[in-house]
Amino acid sequence: MDAFALLLAATFNAGTVLALAGLGLLINERAGIVNLGAEGMMLVAAIAGFATAVTTGNDWLAFGAGALAGAALAAAFGVLVIWLNTNQVATGLALSLFGGGFSAFVGIGFVQGKLGERARFELPWLAELPFVGPALFRQHPMVYLTVALTLALAWFLFRSRAGLVLRAVGESPESAHALGMPVRRIRLAAVVAGGALCGLAGAYLSVVYTPLWVEGMVAGRGWIALALTTFATWRPARLLLGAYLFGGVTMLQFHLQGEGVQVPSQFLSMLPYVATIVVLVLISRNALWIRANMPASLGKPFFPGG
Amino acid sequence: MFKLEARPQPSRWMSMLSPLLALAITVLIGVGLFMLLGKDPLRGLQIFFVEPVKSLYALSELSIKATPLILIALGLAVCFRSNVWNIGAEGQFVVGALVAGWVAMQAGPQLAWMGRGVVVAILLAGVLGGMAWAAIVALLRDRFNANEILVSLMLVYVAEMLLSYLVYGPWKDPQGYNFPQTITFLPETRIPRLAGGLRAHIGTLIALAAVGAFWVFLFRTYRGFALQVGGLAPLAARYAGFSSRSALWTALLLSGGMAGLAGALEAAGPLGQLTPHVPAGYGFAAIIVAYVGRLHPLGIVFSGVLMSMFYIGGELAQSRLALPKSLTGVFQGLLLFTLLACDTLIHYRLRWQRRAAPDAADVTATAKGA
Repeated sequence: MDAFALLLAATFNAGTVLALAGLGLLINERAGIVNLGAEGMMLVAAIAGFATAVTTGNDWLAFGAGALAGAALAAAFGVLVIWLNTNQVATGLALSLFGGGFSAFVGIGFVQGKLGERARFELPWLAELPFVGPALFRQHPMVYLTVALTLALAWFLFRSRAGLVLRAVGESPESAHALGMPVRRIRLAAVVAGGALCGLAGAYLSVVYTPLWVEGMVAGRGWIALALTTFATWRPARLLLGAYLFGGVTMLQFHLQGEGVQVPSQFLSMLPYVATIVVLVLISRNALWIRANMPASLGKPFFPGG
Repeated sequence: MFKLEARPQPSRWMSMLSPLLALAITVLIGVGLFMLLGKDPLRGLQIFFVEPVKSLYALSELSIKATPLILIALGLAVCFRSNVWNIGAEGQFVVGALVAGWVAMQAGPQLAWMGRGVVVAILLAGVLGGMAWAAIVALLRDRFNANEILVSLMLVYVAEMLLSYLVYGPWKDPQGYNFPQTITFLPETRIPRLAGGLRAHIGTLIALAAVGAFWVFLFRTYRGFALQVGGLAPLAARYAGFSSRSALWTALLLSGGMAGLAGALEAAGPLGQLTPHVPAGYGFAAIIVAYVGRLHPLGIVFSGVLMSMFYIGGELAQSRLALPKSLTGVFQGLLLFTLLACDTLIHYRLRWQRRAAPDAADVTATAKGA
């Protein structure tokens, strides 16, 4: 029973990385922008966060550095796709390729870097409960913050005026423009906010989750987070559930390896990637349903006055 | 301040100048980076742009890197022109190398009747392997509408795990001191070299022939034309009765086959065995090659050579300037980034304007239409 509680705890921990990045991409996509640079932003943020944590010893500064790195890269991406009308797919890919190279380049001095296990935040009283205590209430504060962020984002998107404007820009930038909304600036703000969250995810990964720096350590999580936005039909709460589901798949793989299951470790390591494909297939099968839920102008450039 | 003003027509000049402009900006940033790191920028330029071409030996090494890049980028150019986003060429490359490697390992007495013809079988196996891996993407997109970007990318990780399993497990060389590697392939299965003493192999000639073949396919065949219409104007293609399903399959099978061919050449050529180091990032770098080469077969030759110079320059910077090899990735990424920015100048021109003037970009952009 205890082992299962720990597995659940690890699931929420792993899911938090995916959830943070996924929520960031969800903001982007609600504003009509696809950013395929998530993997690159997370990598650069991971090294930025790790380097900050090693040199200052302060995790919150590290998270800030990661978010800042993600936001800066996203801003460059945003200017290119929003003002220069470059192809979103190609520009995002460029960001991912650049981020992979750049993070490896600046991270070379930190490969041997060490961070101790991070302190857990035990919710008083609740953490003492049998089973649910170790499973739910002895996590890093970021895990709880991510849940709060999900609720806040859901409220923002569907209950606030600013969220309505953001969604309008993603559905029909022409109408939003005609109503006098600064479409490009709103899109840039969404892209930068999304980049900051992807950066936070990268920093959480390298500072709390692993905690170490290895070249290419994001290992496809940025792409899985992209798949999650489709899986969640662009809704925050569903995205959080999806992230935990995938966190569970990742953890299951380690759990099975630990149990000595007679399957080569490489096949277990394939699980998250294969699961992503399977989920995409199941979700996308109904093209009509996807189209009904997808922001209508997703990935389409917008020329003011056009 | 500068304003963007839409051109009445896309500029052909800019479309050729833009890669050069992007290269110039990338080099400038590189010079700045070298100075920041306290290295002599002239030495850096020499390492990246002179050393890789200064001798026959250097050129041979250059061709070894350029061959897979050009082969993969040709296939990707067809994909991107038809608006099919296959970004998992790296995985198709690995599976091509796997299947080709399997055939190479069967060589021995029972395949002796084939003589050197076994090389043809190996290359074909590579093509089929890459095609099969890309066919998964096509099938899932065609039947289930699954996003090809994500599926093709996820399959890269799966292919790498498969390779890892095979070289650590069933295919491990029993006499290999427990290293994760297969047996060294027999000499008759190795790709013939162009000249004694140099590592350059006939793959380079195959790549050049492929450049011609792709030029004909894209610009002189009905099918190639139909593919590009589908990419540029999906509605027009539908009206003309060009099937988007057939475009999807053609583009993915072609690009998968090319990536698989590159993988086979790599496995039976310079590597001569399978190790966990088969994936060298060619599949991703080829995306940049395709773009910098304007998705045009001839352009891809130039950009493929350029990108190989980045590879070799990065290796030399590591050994001679004690800089990390990942410098290559930084410059490759920067080049694509700056290229995309410079490409704006194909459709727009920069105009100097006083602040008070009306917003010309907004007005004229209308003329271009969305």
